[in-house]
Amino acid sequence: MAEMLRLATAGSVDDGKSTLIGRLLYDSKAIFEDQLEAVERTSRERGDEYTNLALLTDGLRAEREQGITIDVAYRYFATPKRKFIIADTPGHTQYTRNMVTGASTADLAIILIDARKGVLEQSRRHAFLATLLGIPHLVLCVNKMDLVDWSEERFEEIKAEFRAFAMKLDVHDLTFIPVSALKGDNVVDRSANMPWYEGGALLHHLEEVHIASDRNLIDARFPVQYVIRPQNQTDHATHDYRGYAGQVAGGVFKPGDEVVVLPSGFTSTIASIDTADGPVEEAFAPMSVTLRLADEIDVSRGDMIARRRNQPHVGQDIEAMVCWLSESTWLREGAKLAIKHTTRWSRALVKDLQYQLDINTLHRYEDAVGLALNEIGRVTLRTTQPLFYDEYRRNRATGSFILVDEASHTTVGAGMILAPLGE
Amino acid sequence: MSATYELSHLRALESEGVHIIREVAAEFERPVLLFSGGKDSIVMLHLAVKAFTPARVPFPVMHVDTGHNFDEVVAFRDRMVAEVGARLVVASVQDDIDDGRSVEDTGPRASRNRLQTTTLLRAIDEQRFDAVFGGARRDEEKARAKERVFSFRDDFGQWDPKNQRPELWSLYNGRHRQGEHIRVFPLSNWTELDIWQYIAAEDIELPSIYFAHPRRVFQRDGMWMADSPLIDRLEGEEVEERQVRFRTVGDVTCTGAVESPAATLEQVIAEVAATRLTERGATRADDRISEAGMEDRKREGYF
Repeated sequence: MAEMLRLATAGSVDDGKSTLIGRLLYDSKAIFEDQLEAVERTSRERGDEYTNLALLTDGLRAEREQGITIDVAYRYFATPKRKFIIADTPGHTQYTRNMVTGASTADLAIILIDARKGVLEQSRRHAFLATLLGIPHLVLCVNKMDLVDWSEERFEEIKAEFRAFAMKLDVHDLTFIPVSALKGDNVVDRSANMPWYEGGALLHHLEEVHIASDRNLIDARFPVQYVIRPQNQTDHATHDYRGYAGQVAGGVFKPGDEVVVLPSGFTSTIASIDTADGPVEEAFAPMSVTLRLADEIDVSRGDMIARRRNQPHVGQDIEAMVCWLSESTWLREGAKLAIKHTTRWSRALVKDLQYQLDINTLHRYEDAVGLALNEIGRVTLRTTQPLFYDEYRRNRATGSFILVDEASHTTVGAGMILAPLGE
Repeated sequence: MSATYELSHLRALESEGVHIIREVAAEFERPVLLFSGGKDSIVMLHLAVKAFTPARVPFPVMHVDTGHNFDEVVAFRDRMVAEVGARLVVASVQDDIDDGRSVEDTGPRASRNRLQTTTLLRAIDEQRFDAVFGGARRDEEKARAKERVFSFRDDFGQWDPKNQRPELWSLYNGRHRQGEHIRVFPLSNWTELDIWQYIAAEDIELPSIYFAHPRRVFQRDGMWMADSPLIDRLEGEEVEERQVRFRTVGDVTCTGAVESPAATLEQVIAEVAATRLTERGATRADDRISEAGMEDRKREGYF
């Protein structure tokens, strides 16, 4: 059974990020001949000295013309052990919003550091964003080792420097790998040039890193997405069917579990967990299933089903870290926005901007008057309806929300919920 | 199910697709599912059926019909849509040509591929569809690799790749004004191999042209094109019978076959796993227009 691993990569063109991905795809044979031919042709036309594997990931015309990555690009490859989804994001400051987008669902982040340049402001920024977005595994690839004579000393120096910074962050799992993306050392195969390095190649790490325990299997959460009622008068088998469809957002549900439905507070037990392939004995994240309850109670989209003895926070005053994603507007105190949290839309008032966080220095600016594009800050929101939530660091599905501009309908903010005040 | 609570990649993809489809049914007033009779749209319809079982799929299915179809595919389409009990909308490219909204290319390389955009946008407009499910996958093509799952289209049906809505977690934003719509791609994260493995795992029926069969074909631009009254052959293009199968199913005039002995699902999967050419690179004349062929068509409102 092949598992799926979602990974995000961050770094700029100069770090060789696209080259690393190109190498990963190329050496694991996920690149097809016609794609490679197109890249070789373009490389020649541009006058590159070698086949520019970066061109594999730069999809839009403007990107190829300018040699930059504009947007998140998704890439896919598989080995017999795992299927990988890469969210490839550009590294420039102005594209923090893309990194946040790509990182939101990732299990693992690869951060690239140029061995000659060491830990830059940008590397720290990427590491901070990865931990803010709750990515459980961080892999620091020290690239261009060929340009520092495969020096163990240099590698150790960078490791020490990065570790010192990572102490300030909430990093669960940090791995360092010395690589040369250009030459392929330690990407798919172990390098013969760095016998002092005892760890595995990057691909080996990606195949082996343990992700099953990253999920929250304790707090059972089921945001109701859609109510299934066949209402077929002629079919007696389904005439009275009423099922609550959704994707499990945490924990494990089993038939017979005592559950509570929020916001009503009514309790019932799970009569069965249905799928199109028949009933199942248990459901866990991220399974899409349909729950049926033993009692006829009023349940609709936006409601939350949880265990009676383990309920999420319920509240209208939300403490959160917000990343602002809009070029044309600011987040300001007093602003009113639409908010989507699990399957529930509501409206939110920005009551308080407590501080803006400098993502390079982690300094808090408490006198900030607003958040502009790519800025991150701590805010207090007041929502028109209660949300049923957990802390983001405990559950990414029930701890996240998006903010949407009510006039333009664009997504302008991404939020990660903190513990409610007083806890 | 195992005590470790792990989901195989196919089940994880299925679950994601079902979640996306239910989200659209819950939030939009008039969704429609695009169905070509190709394997991706068949898998997408299969997911839609699974998403609402035991109820019926709560939206219609639409075929943008160039009129240049493989007969097997049209018969298959009608049977499958009837089986799931959905309403079929056929938007015909011929109608737009007859009414002067589209002008047909001429010559041996003429194709109605690009004309589908006009027809698709007209149908969306006329029927006031606000969400349009497409079976596109990000692994197909590099412009598609940058597409969102919920992809915003303006009043003119246009895609602006540099100005896409950020899409985080599985919190999809389908808000739009009247006249605008959202294209929704539930198979975004599937690869060609995932599609085939899923078809095998779920025992999904496909049109026969996906499997090796003898066919009268001729070679053009390195592809085997079906001998058909719809395509004028160029000088030197000789028809011969070959054992072929199709990797994608589109319009007869722009879909090439590959020589293949793969007559069963298992053989096709083995062939797909070992192939060194993308399905579009191998068999789609429409993608060979230019480096940015797909990007340009997508900007105009193509699938």
